[in-house]
Amino acid sequence: MKESEEKKGLSGGKSMSAEEAIALVPQGARILISGFGNAGDPKMLIDALCASGKKDLVILSNDLGSPNADLGKLLTNGQVRGLIGTYYNWNPEVAAAYNEGRIFVELVPQGSFAEAVRAAGVGIPAFYTPTGVGTELAAGKETRSFGGRDYLLQEALSADVALLKAHRADPLGNLTYYKTARNFNPIMAMAADLVIVEVDEMVPLGALDPECVVTPHIFVDVLVPVR
Amino acid sequence: MKTIPEEEAKRRIAWRIAKEFNDSGRTLFINLGVGTPTMVADYIENPGVFLQAENGMLGLGPAAREAEKDLFLINAGRIPITERPGCSYFDSALSFGMIRGGHIDATVIGAFEVDGDGNIANWIIPNGKQLGVGGAMDLVAGAKKVYVAMTHRNRNGAPKIVSRCTLPVTGYGEADCVVTEYGVFDFSDGRLVLREIAPEITLEELRSITAAPFEAASSPVPMFLPPEAPEE
Repeated sequence: MKESEEKKGLSGGKSMSAEEAIALVPQGARILISGFGNAGDPKMLIDALCASGKKDLVILSNDLGSPNADLGKLLTNGQVRGLIGTYYNWNPEVAAAYNEGRIFVELVPQGSFAEAVRAAGVGIPAFYTPTGVGTELAAGKETRSFGGRDYLLQEALSADVALLKAHRADPLGNLTYYKTARNFNPIMAMAADLVIVEVDEMVPLGALDPECVVTPHIFVDVLVPVR
Repeated sequence: MKTIPEEEAKRRIAWRIAKEFNDSGRTLFINLGVGTPTMVADYIENPGVFLQAENGMLGLGPAAREAEKDLFLINAGRIPITERPGCSYFDSALSFGMIRGGHIDATVIGAFEVDGDGNIANWIIPNGKQLGVGGAMDLVAGAKKVYVAMTHRNRNGAPKIVSRCTLPVTGYGEADCVVTEYGVFDFSDGRLVLREIAPEITLEELRSITAAPFEAASSPVPMFLPPEAPEE
């Protein structure tokens, strides 16, 4: 069950600065961070997380940016204990840190990763998928046959905190996104206890067409307008 | 056997796969991998072909020209692209739902190795420098038809169609069609069958650079080739 907003100290409204928002992130937190390549990651929140010096973080994300850029800065700074994600070939520091035993890395096929995050957000603890059956990434995962085809059991992936990026938000926290910067944002918004969203543009209540809201505000705890 | 320069080989492979989609005359939803597979888009003429990108878009337009580049409108290879009228954006779970749910008619992927059982190795060379799978396993498991676009041999001259994959496998028995610069091969009821052969090579020579046994007619159909001059 989610903590009440009062317990999180958020009763004064959802908007705050990046520094105030990151102060709510516990040491050693497990953090979902959105983005694919250079699109859809919350760059200001990542900068604030780097500046905070918080350590022992477990980051769940598609990739880890590039060395010493965007999400990659967290690894360069030595703030990461482990990574769960899909594709780190854009950042060779990840393989190097893993080979030296400085971090753990759990690779998950991208579709299984996305569905596992969605599952966590909608109360499904695990699901069967045809992806990856018999491969190295199936190690330790249960296999079961349905209708003559084998499937792997993939457990849901939740987190303490989600750091996300939206294009527009109203004061309640209803969100819309921008083109392919949407990617993992809507599903990660459902899968963490504390959801912090960096927002390009705040708009007045009623300004977002209800038919076009992608993430309803029930999932959103904190809004950080881009300065 | 005449060696085909790498760039010409890639153009030929991309054009030949695009011809499959152009000839179908049907509405097709296609996902293209990075590298040679991305080049397939340059030769698609069937307006019923809609391209999907796993980072959350259906209806990709051509690559963006310098002046129209938008850093937040990219394909899965992080290349800035454009919108085609009627396109849409969606989250990553829905995107892979399209793929895994059997809504994508075909995917075109590159590979390090494909073996005679249709097993594909394309996600990692275990050299300690790579750590990533991306959507490769989802695409081969989910797309209705899997086209492998690859040069016939690797940089060391070794065959890439092998008797048994030696690299970590992406998907078992998932390959449906392999197109190289020297031919078109289909997997049919678990058998590898040569459909077309390039004019630069004899059947005997093709067998000598293909490490898996394959069936072929005594005089296979000549491979359809792109027009001589590159189309602009």
